[in-house]
Amino acid sequence: MSANSAQSFGQAEAASKAGSATPIIEIVDLQKWFGSFQALKNINLTVKTGERIVICGPSGSGKSTLIRCINRLEEYQDGRLLVDGIDLSAGTKNIDAVRAEVGMVFQQFNLFPHLTVVENCMLAPMKVRRANKNEARDTAMKYLTRVRIPDQADKYPAQLSGGQQQRVAIARALCMSPKIMLFDEPTSALDPEMVKEVLETMIGLANDGMTMLCVTHEMGFARQVADRVIFMDQGEIVEQGEPHSFFANPQNERTRGFLGQILH
Amino acid sequence: MIRQFGLNEALFILSGIQATIALSLIAFAGGGLFGFVVALLRTAENKAVRRLAAAYIDFFQGTPLLMQLFLVFYGLPAFGVQVNQWVAVAIGLTLHASAFLGEIWRGSIQAVPLGQTEAARALGLHYKDRLVSVILPQAVRLSIAPTVGFLVQLIKGTSLAAIIGFVELSRSAQIVASTTYKPLLAYGLVAIFYFVLCFPLSRLSAMAERRLSVSR
Ligand SMILES: Nc1ncnc2c1ncn2[C@@H]1O[C@H](COP(=O)(O)OP(=O)(O)OP(=O)(O)O)[C@@H](O)[C@H]1O
Ligand SMILES: [Mg+2]
Repeated sequence: MSANSAQSFGQAEAASKAGSATPIIEIVDLQKWFGSFQALKNINLTVKTGERIVICGPSGSGKSTLIRCINRLEEYQDGRLLVDGIDLSAGTKNIDAVRAEVGMVFQQFNLFPHLTVVENCMLAPMKVRRANKNEARDTAMKYLTRVRIPDQADKYPAQLSGGQQQRVAIARALCMSPKIMLFDEPTSALDPEMVKEVLETMIGLANDGMTMLCVTHEMGFARQVADRVIFMDQGEIVEQGEPHSFFANPQNERTRGFLGQILH
Repeated sequence: MIRQFGLNEALFILSGIQATIALSLIAFAGGGLFGFVVALLRTAENKAVRRLAAAYIDFFQGTPLLMQLFLVFYGLPAFGVQVNQWVAVAIGLTLHASAFLGEIWRGSIQAVPLGQTEAARALGLHYKDRLVSVILPQAVRLSIAPTVGFLVQLIKGTSLAAIIGFVELSRSAQIVASTTYKPLLAYGLVAIFYFVLCFPLSRLSAMAERRLSVSR
């Protein structure tokens, strides 16, 4: 188990180079309602293995809802969503299996406050992957080293800074050797001086070939690592493109308005 | 014939403590076990299940314990089910305590931020593991004070079992008071006994809370 996870970065890298044509996420005509309010309208999106996608858009445009559908934290009402070939529409049987392959990092970190940093990282590998304690600890320490906080392993989350907590949250997700990582505004709750350390961790991950979907307004990050930038508004994907043309030459009126606002 | 208030009388009152302790333990055990189930049902994903649990809680919170004991004690025989005193009181106290504890623990479970469940879900943890490893350890901490508060109420509430024939602390004091005509002494003594039972519980709860909060 730990041997496996130890190689996960290498594997992801190999996969992104070799099989860049295989879609790992396929979303077709996705519709999502909250009661009578339609939060996602006709979403079509195919993500290839190793692809790095940044999603941006105004508040309430459905960015969180979209990525939360991918690990079924939100249910959807119509359309199809396949993750690594598994159809999420077909009942609830596969959900936990899919979730184990899809890591998620939240704006508010959501670390488990009653567990130490290393225990936070060991929990899911032990419960879901049936790793034994030593394996889980080794894997945890490996990823804590990767996010550069191995020395905080035995502290509780509350004793860490926001930036450190978010890096632990990233390490915790990585310990499951996910095939996909979802980020929902991972730096929005951080003090400005801590944004950089988290972005650097994410850039490292991107460079290692991880398939990533990031909701973020860090456009520098988007320029540097994204293969594709998606702009959402009012529950729709309005425009998408590779970062250079997306920023230099946005086609849609709404995209221009939005970019004008956030790039001052 | 008026009796003196002597050692025998004091011991008689003290012997009532056995029944009080036994009744309390039954109520704790039955209420705890079923209260846990009620709390889980009350926080279940299925709406119908949640509603059912809510109705159960509402009924037993909305009616007096005394009436609940009566209902079981006289109600079951009316349906042709003969139960002895202990079984009847065990059922009555369990129903009562499970509703209150279920509601207290529902509150504690729901006071754990939603992000905790979401993070556990996102990691692929199953319901049982989410509950045991993530939600309950945090909920327990929040529930200690209200749980102990209720248990103390429950110890005192067991005095109502006198009505269906138990000679526990309060009833034994009543008996002694009426045979010795020394109510102040009898009830004073019984108050001390109740205090001795309940006070350590409150202290224990304060201690447990302090210990569990270190890791926060
Ligand atoms: N649980 C819910 N119940 C009802 N409406 C919801 C719920 N969650 C989200 N919505 C609505 O769906 C829409 C999309 O929400 P979502 O959180 O996906 O937006 P977002 O693009 O992530 O915004 P933000 O940038 O503020 O995070 C919003 O109008 C929101 O009010
Ligand atoms: Mg959002």
